[in-house]
Amino acid sequence: MHGRPRKDPRPKDDAAKAAHLRELQAQLLHNHRNRTYTKEALASCSKLLEINPEVYTAWNYRKLALQHNLDGVDDPDALKSAIEDELRVVEIALRTNPKSYAAWYHRKWVLSRRLMPVEFEREFRLLDLLLNADQRNFHGWNYRRFVAKLKNVPEEEELKFTKKMIDTNFSNYSAWHNRSALLSHLLKKKSQGFDSKKNTLTEEYELVHDALFTDQSDQSGWFYHLWLLDQTVCLDDPQLISSWPTHKSDLILSESNKIDGCQLFPSSNSRSFSLLHTGTFPIILYFNKAVKNIDSSTVIVSSVFVTNEDLNWRPLSTNNSGEACCWVTFLTVPEENCSSSTSYPVEVCLDRYKDIVSSDVSDCKIPSKFTFTVTFRSHSLEQTSKESVEENVVWKYVDICNPQESPCLMSFDQLSINEDHAEEGFKWNLQTLSNEIELFREFNDEDSKFVKLTLARLLVARDLMVPNGSHNHIKTHSGEVLTLYDDLMKLDPSHKRYYEDEQSVVLMDQLTSDKDSLTKHCWQFDEPTSSSFHCQYCLWLNELSLTRIGSVKNILWVQMLDLSHNKLRSVEGLEALQLLACLNLSNNQISSFTALEPLKLLSSLRVLDVSFNMIGAHAIDTTRYLCSSPLSHTLDAKQLNVGYEKENTEVRDHWEVTSLFRALRLTQLDIKGNAVLNEKFSVLAIELLPSLKWLDGKHVR
Amino acid sequence: MGGLEEEKHARYIVSVEKKKDDFEALVIEHLRMNGAYWGLTTLDLLNKIGAIDVDAVVSWVMECQDKDCGGFAGNLGHDPHLLYTISAVQVLALLDRLDLLDIEKVSDYVAGLQNEDGSFSGDMWGEIDTRFSYCAICCLSLLGRLSKINVEKAVNYIVSCKNLDGGFGTIPGGESHAGQIFCCVGALAITGSLHHVDRDLLGWWLCERQCKDGGLNGRPEKLADVCYSWWVLSSLIMIDRVHWIDKEKLTRFILNCQDKDNGGISDRPDNAVDVFHTYFGVAGLSLMEYPGLKTIDPAYALPVDVVNRIFFRK
Repeated sequence: MHGRPRKDPRPKDDAAKAAHLRELQAQLLHNHRNRTYTKEALASCSKLLEINPEVYTAWNYRKLALQHNLDGVDDPDALKSAIEDELRVVEIALRTNPKSYAAWYHRKWVLSRRLMPVEFEREFRLLDLLLNADQRNFHGWNYRRFVAKLKNVPEEEELKFTKKMIDTNFSNYSAWHNRSALLSHLLKKKSQGFDSKKNTLTEEYELVHDALFTDQSDQSGWFYHLWLLDQTVCLDDPQLISSWPTHKSDLILSESNKIDGCQLFPSSNSRSFSLLHTGTFPIILYFNKAVKNIDSSTVIVSSVFVTNEDLNWRPLSTNNSGEACCWVTFLTVPEENCSSSTSYPVEVCLDRYKDIVSSDVSDCKIPSKFTFTVTFRSHSLEQTSKESVEENVVWKYVDICNPQESPCLMSFDQLSINEDHAEEGFKWNLQTLSNEIELFREFNDEDSKFVKLTLARLLVARDLMVPNGSHNHIKTHSGEVLTLYDDLMKLDPSHKRYYEDEQSVVLMDQLTSDKDSLTKHCWQFDEPTSSSFHCQYCLWLNELSLTRIGSVKNILWVQMLDLSHNKLRSVEGLEALQLLACLNLSNNQISSFTALEPLKLLSSLRVLDVSFNMIGAHAIDTTRYLCSSPLSHTLDAKQLNVGYEKENTEVRDHWEVTSLFRALRLTQLDIKGNAVLNEKFSVLAIELLPSLKWLDGKHVR
Repeated sequence: MGGLEEEKHARYIVSVEKKKDDFEALVIEHLRMNGAYWGLTTLDLLNKIGAIDVDAVVSWVMECQDKDCGGFAGNLGHDPHLLYTISAVQVLALLDRLDLLDIEKVSDYVAGLQNEDGSFSGDMWGEIDTRFSYCAICCLSLLGRLSKINVEKAVNYIVSCKNLDGGFGTIPGGESHAGQIFCCVGALAITGSLHHVDRDLLGWWLCERQCKDGGLNGRPEKLADVCYSWWVLSSLIMIDRVHWIDKEKLTRFILNCQDKDNGGISDRPDNAVDVFHTYFGVAGLSLMEYPGLKTIDPAYALPVDVVNRIFFRK
């Protein structure tokens, strides 16, 4: 089916060939049906398989024949002869098609019968023949692994074989792949000669450099290099890298919507947060990788108003894995009248940290704890807990209010991870990265896409390993990285959107990691007359050409977020923003409701603007399998059916919006400018969102 | 250069269905069940399924079922195998004739092929390959019988085939290959387990399959081939990274692989056409929202309206 020219001058004996093949195939099916396993029958079958090794039924027939003909046979010569026949038929078939699944499997099956001792030399000779003819034949490589296992060949030997193949031809992705798999295994087992990961990796870097600089356009070596880089930067152990509330902060929490202005408090770590009338406030834990086993036994929250055992920790992920980078629990605001400004100290301690594990089964090695104080300001008696009907929130930009001391500054006094400890342990890693960076900077003059991409990745990795704010803080390389991605977009325009995404993550990181730049984007929402959202902390990140959000670890305090006029297709990452009440995603590239799945985890979200996106404009939904649905067995279809049988609309036409809106408690929604919007849709939206008061600027309840 | 020759491709498929006697047809006679799936799905995507005698097709499909074990063969007289069982179920789903099946029997056959380690054998002879994991999971899901297998073990086995470059191979340690990647990603999608995929790492490996001519290859340093327009593209869509390739260039590559005189699509421009590549070319165009085509589901490889009909039944 592959590689045949269209205008193929067909030889005139095609009809004869066809007749012959038809005859052989008919004979096979006939003999198979009648269980005829004579010499003649088998010979006819062999002829068939020589012409057409893909007729799987013929191989099945041969297996049945072998079982039948050798039943009760002990004579070693008879056994040998029968097996010889089978092996020869496979060899002939492989000459016709060296990639025939059925042929390779038949050989494997025959040898696995263990009717005779395996002639290993013969097997390796066959493999050498085939792998030399085509070094990328993965059937051959798989079979080689099978034979090596049968013979108990040590992995170190097979490693040497990969080197031999690489030395013959650097463009040997298959060999590099096998090498990485073997090394990985040997390092894990800490086999003799492989107990020092550093030494092994150093040698591998040398080996791959030879390949890379011999032929830069060949991809194989670059993928291998990426693996080495991953081994070098991989901080195996999960660690807590951010939280809200932050360490040493003083919170003044209020549910009032009529605070007397936004006051500054004496302590520079004091922040007044006005929260929604939920009677609770969150504690957010943010790790460097997805972890599980966060619960009231592994994390202890202590304060007079807290009963630790009653706390439920929830992973903030849109899947059912039970793992997440970010975990949250909600503390109940004490009932008693705290009109006095009593400050409650709270301690959060990752006590049984060894039980906190990530999916690659590495555990947390460094205990973490942080403390903060919280003061509750109750509302005056006139105001009940009912949310008053507030005005439609309008996202004004300019005159909101003076950019005050914002909570963003608190996020830089984060948990004190023992940096000295970190740096000692990673001396070799940091040095290797520096060496690689130097090497690639040297080669950056040439217009090689892989050199630039690798350099960008190295710089990003370097920055990741040196945490911000450390006393050894080296100025970050974000500027250089952003320029490299600009270059790449010009060099390799087909992959422009990949480079845009990478660039966006770096840009977001740069913006939110630098105190000065972040302050420029922070505001406090000033709407004293009516809004529930008065005095909320806002972050304006609009018009930055962001295509992707990246890490939100430094902005967990955000209550209002404006991401409008960007190029966002996804909102992954926002699920960590548990304080978020108002979100503006207008004028982006969101193309389906399923892409908004992370918003289901934002229990505080009340105001959402997704106007002027592309919802309903695309037939293909690229997040169809990244959300809960019956298609992936992560949601019961019956749950979508309940209560929605109006008119002629079928659930299956609206399952995405039904699933999303049911999980949100919006009071305000802006959705105009999306192809999905019509009369029927508005009716549906109002029905699915019982708390909704404003739809596209119009009062609906 | 022009657009898609819908009429010609539809006629080509119908003609192939009838041509059973020349050498090319005989060589692939044993996988006619796959051919039926490729041909009929393509016709449906082209909105031309009306050209088919549905009763004749379904009666032939049912004749290919092994009355003892319940599995389906590639053609009359051949042995049952997962590869043809999935195609049979897909064809019946497409034609909305799943009612013809003894669902318990078929699903028992499929479920019975799961091994201790969670992997699947293709048939009673024991060949193990992640392709078969996909066949089993997709098939059982369409029949609403996924609970007959140990899903956790099935997922763990697939994860054990994950490679350091983010891709997947046929068996643990097997080199990453776009076809296997589709099977593994598809199986993980259907079982709600895509969180096991490093979507950025795999997404980059997949988008690097795009060659200078705009076509996609199956692994590094190989030639572009139209069939990878499906395997790579659907994988990218399932992990939401399809925007990392240049869709216009790929569209032009696929259109260039058409035989504009006789209909059909080939693996590479100016090569011989066949139903396999015609299906993958059209399916790839559907995934890129080419105008006039029905939308195809990237995980179940059937039109979206067929899939929705099955999973959102009232």
